[in-house]
Amino acid sequence: MSTKFNIHNFNFYFNGSPVLKDLNLDVTSNEILGVIGPAGSGKTTFLRSLNRMNELEAGIRTEGEILMDGQNIYDPEVDVAGLRKRVGMVFAMPVPLPMSIYENVVYGPRLSGISSKSRLDELVEKSLKEAFIWDEVRDRLKLSGLRLSGGQQQRLCLARVLAMKPEVILLDEPCSGLDPISTAKIEDALTVLKKEYTIILVTNNTKQAARVADKTAFFLMGEMIEVGLTRQIFTAPAKKETHDYITGRFG
Amino acid sequence: MKLVGEKGVRRILMTVAFSAISALLLITLFIINEGLPFIFRYGLKDFLLSSDWNPAAGKFGIFPMITASLWVTFGAMITGAPLGVAVAIFLSEYAPRPMMKVVKPTIELLAAIPSVVYGFIGVMVLAPFIRSYFGGPGLSLLAGSIILGIMILPTVISISIDSIMAVPRSYREGSLALGATTWQTIHMITIKASKSGIIASIILGLGRAVGETMAVIMVAGNSVNIPHSALDSVRTLTANIALEMSYATGMHRQALFATGVVLFVGIIILNSIASVALRKRTSKR
Ligand SMILES: Nc1ncnc2c1ncn2[C@@H]1O[C@H](COP(=O)(O)OP(=O)(O)OP(=O)(O)O)[C@@H](O)[C@H]1O
Ligand SMILES: [Mg+2]
Repeated sequence: MSTKFNIHNFNFYFNGSPVLKDLNLDVTSNEILGVIGPAGSGKTTFLRSLNRMNELEAGIRTEGEILMDGQNIYDPEVDVAGLRKRVGMVFAMPVPLPMSIYENVVYGPRLSGISSKSRLDELVEKSLKEAFIWDEVRDRLKLSGLRLSGGQQQRLCLARVLAMKPEVILLDEPCSGLDPISTAKIEDALTVLKKEYTIILVTNNTKQAARVADKTAFFLMGEMIEVGLTRQIFTAPAKKETHDYITGRFG
Repeated sequence: MKLVGEKGVRRILMTVAFSAISALLLITLFIINEGLPFIFRYGLKDFLLSSDWNPAAGKFGIFPMITASLWVTFGAMITGAPLGVAVAIFLSEYAPRPMMKVVKPTIELLAAIPSVVYGFIGVMVLAPFIRSYFGGPGLSLLAGSIILGIMILPTVISISIDSIMAVPRSYREGSLALGATTWQTIHMITIKASKSGIIASIILGLGRAVGETMAVIMVAGNSVNIPHSALDSVRTLTANIALEMSYATGMHRQALFATGVVLFVGIIILNSIASVALRKRTSKR
């Protein structure tokens, strides 16, 4: 098992105040890492540090390094757009781009220079199937992505990330606001996808982490309190805070 | 102590509103009433399409002025629109927020500069420059186009920025997260999503250019002719009215009102197109 990310003494500041404190963590390839923690604990910031989306914000500062396959992604030489092609992301409230379902899916591949119609058609079908949404949209690919239901939009956004064939998929609460059936569909998709991708799943739903994650990390107030095999975190956590959080005894 | 009750306030505001509206309506009716009978008497075709403007001889063909107005407006669009849209994109997508917060109101302030001042700069700087580098009289179609192009900048920039900023942040983030560069995101997502607003800003600018009078009189040279090159001196519809109204009588005076009707119709068409485009922008969200 190889390591996808090595995170060393990583600190993240918004306007001078620390949001991630001295983070040390290794993320293994072809696994699902679940990230849990109360609101404001830095989960989203952590995810957005991995594809440098945080840089869109003003007044940010980072310290330490995040190595991806041994290369520091915060190196000034790194091509950020290229990094984001390798590290795909599904946002907490994903919004399709204002174009058709088909165009949404081929947006990433087109950026990478794929232009053959048959190749794109193939990618669309494959990605939509992998995101468990193909059957619902197969005969209306020209419909605007914005017309889909919330759950379908979420899966479309997963499909458009899959279409660019990233190495890593970051998911920020992909099931918040979804019904149990859509949630189950996404979870099914993830367990299949981890064979090909490294997945980091932020979730507010501890049960979801318990169901799908291989390892789970617990964040609290910008610090990673504990990380370990999911079963161990949920049955015998080493830290009292983790125990309090997963048993729901947390303020 | 209550001076006027709720009903009183309502009544006063209503009177004010109605008097403003009726003033506009009266002006419109007045222009149409003075101009329309002339058009019928003289013949619409002769009036619009004849090139012979000679009030003393009873000849009232405004084709040269229509051509001049169209060319000057087109020229203003060529010079002003790309520049304005580029500035809007730079300020909203590349410049740091604090910079935009200072620059945008400053640009909007430019719209408040009286047009004589623009005309003055045109006469003192632009016309001599054109004369010595390109030839011709200097006061020309080209000078008019450039000055009008500058004058429409505040409209184009300000409304374009507003519509670019109205594009949801999630579109931009979605595109960037899929590995698009800033520029790819701008031209594939942001500009597409704000297209109707940008088009509206240009059309509103053009409405302003068609109606502009003072600056054009000062820099365009004002000779009645169909321009053969950008360096020719031209007279626009607005300039024609303003230059001759003070001494015109009888048929001549009516012909000028009729010119006003033509302008009026043109500008109404432009503004309707713009408001349809703007409505499209707001209803899409
Ligand atoms: N753009 C920003 N500017 C300043 N502070 C920010 C910004 N975004 C987030 N923060 C702060 O960073 C901290 C961590 O936020 P983050 O969004 O990472 O939390 P989270 O764990 O994802 O929470 P949630 O479960 O509610 O999504 C919070 O205190 C938040 O106020
Ligand atoms: Mg979050």
